[in-house]
Amino acid sequence: MIKEYICIVCPRGCRVNVDENLNVSGNQCQRGKTYALNEMKSPTRILTTTIKTTFQDMPRVSCKTDKAIPKSLLFAAMKIINQMTIDKSMYIGDIVIENILDTGANVVLTKSIKESTNEEIYFSD
Amino acid sequence: MIDCIVIGGGAGGLAAAIEIKRLGHNVLLIEREDKLGGILNQCIHNGFGLEIFKEEYTGPEYADKYIKLFLREKINYLIDTTVIDLYKEEDIFIVKTSSETLGIREYKSKSICLSTGSYERTRGQISIPGDRPYGVITAGSAQRYINIDGYMTGKRVFILGSGDIGLIMARRMTLEGAKVLGVAEIMPYSNGLNRNIVQCLNDFDIPLYLSHTVTNIKADDSNHLKEIRVMKVDDSFNVIKDTEIDFQVDTLLLSVGLIPDIILLDQLDVEIDPLTKSVKVDQSNQTSIEGLFVCGNALQIHDLVDNVSKESQRTGKAIDLYLRNTNHSNKKISFIPGVNIAYLTPQYIDFSNPNEKVVVSFRPKKKIEKSLLKVIQNDRIVYEKKKMFLLPAEMETIELDILHFDENQPITLELEVIS
Repeated sequence: MIKEYICIVCPRGCRVNVDENLNVSGNQCQRGKTYALNEMKSPTRILTTTIKTTFQDMPRVSCKTDKAIPKSLLFAAMKIINQMTIDKSMYIGDIVIENILDTGANVVLTKSIKESTNEEIYFSD
Repeated sequence: MIDCIVIGGGAGGLAAAIEIKRLGHNVLLIEREDKLGGILNQCIHNGFGLEIFKEEYTGPEYADKYIKLFLREKINYLIDTTVIDLYKEEDIFIVKTSSETLGIREYKSKSICLSTGSYERTRGQISIPGDRPYGVITAGSAQRYINIDGYMTGKRVFILGSGDIGLIMARRMTLEGAKVLGVAEIMPYSNGLNRNIVQCLNDFDIPLYLSHTVTNIKADDSNHLKEIRVMKVDDSFNVIKDTEIDFQVDTLLLSVGLIPDIILLDQLDVEIDPLTKSVKVDQSNQTSIEGLFVCGNALQIHDLVDNVSKESQRTGKAIDLYLRNTNHSNKKISFIPGVNIAYLTPQYIDFSNPNEKVVVSFRPKKKIEKSLLKVIQNDRIVYEKKKMFLLPAEMETIELDILHFDENQPITLELEVIS
């Protein structure tokens, strides 16, 4: 069985085929081959979402996994993140969940959250 | 007197304000929302900053980089403040603002940098027939509701238009537990970036219906969305009989294009470009009104924020030159979109400007695999370059040297298809 992937490495968007012996064709560069093989063996994605907070002026704060996690675990990770609530000041890059689902990836904030003005948040580092 | 008032505190306004302040001028930035960062705050997905920082950031992270720089420059700014009036009296711009804390205020400035972004096309602008129920909203609004305000807009979703925001929202709503039944695109190809088709639709087995559109909308008794009808269209976008597919949905998201938001310029007699639906500018991004500059999505719709930052920084540099040079002569010639060009900016090239590099942005009219880009003046090819894999969904930029042109004849940009 041949699997077809649209390469997302560059705007060219090659249609890359991988057969059962992992022979790659259709790619116009080496990066397309690496991409297709990864997609075939263990596709991974960075998960970006939000976490509930108790802060009135910011009911949601954005977060992401700091590494790509297996695609098959995206919904399980969402479930865990959706059970969290942030009730104290935290800063961009802070770890909220360590090693989520044993993937080796941490969930980190992508925005600072503090009950104060913009200025205090951004001069904190 | 303020040297420059920057209107809008998103990616464009921040980058422009930082540059103008660094070059020694006093700047006031005015933002309508209660936070700086603009639309980046709701774009929590990954993929920003690859060009500028060589790393993939989320929207809030990208904004944070610029907000930190902005605050370090100690630039004056107002948040929660709306500009309600903008006009020019002799050589001075008057900006009227309204806010809950300060009430109505008036500021005077030598120049204006308008970076107010864009707004989304709505149902009215594409005239979808049928009822007028709750549940039909633009993709960007839904994005704000979910990512900033924290509530879902529905459980069974259909998306009209394959613009990037629509694709991103297909994934976002799926991850949050909604069922996205499909995306319809009237064109025979997607309008979004290829990588978004893969990561947002294919990853979650969401079907993309090319050459399809929504032809009817039905409401239930309580005037909530109940059902939509999708039909195939032919090459001239006429609906083909007996191709109906009905979807039971509670939400229809519209991702059918962005339009530069230049409503503040209504009172000024600015020259408009029907192709960009924004103003005509020269290579400094100066409009036909002296001292009025426009950048970011207010000038043209970008697909990468990195390009907004670069364009706005350039505009900041140009504003510095404008403020330093008291003698503003005008020697403009037209720069015209020719064969296979959907639009281009700048629409004028100003030869009195000491800026010798002209950065040109354009989009092709259609998908072109191999082409020869030509800049022509007086039937003479002044500049020529091979371009591969051009798509309407992807903005292109080239740099031209002003010295190659004569100062009197219009210049044309065109794309010749080659095999």
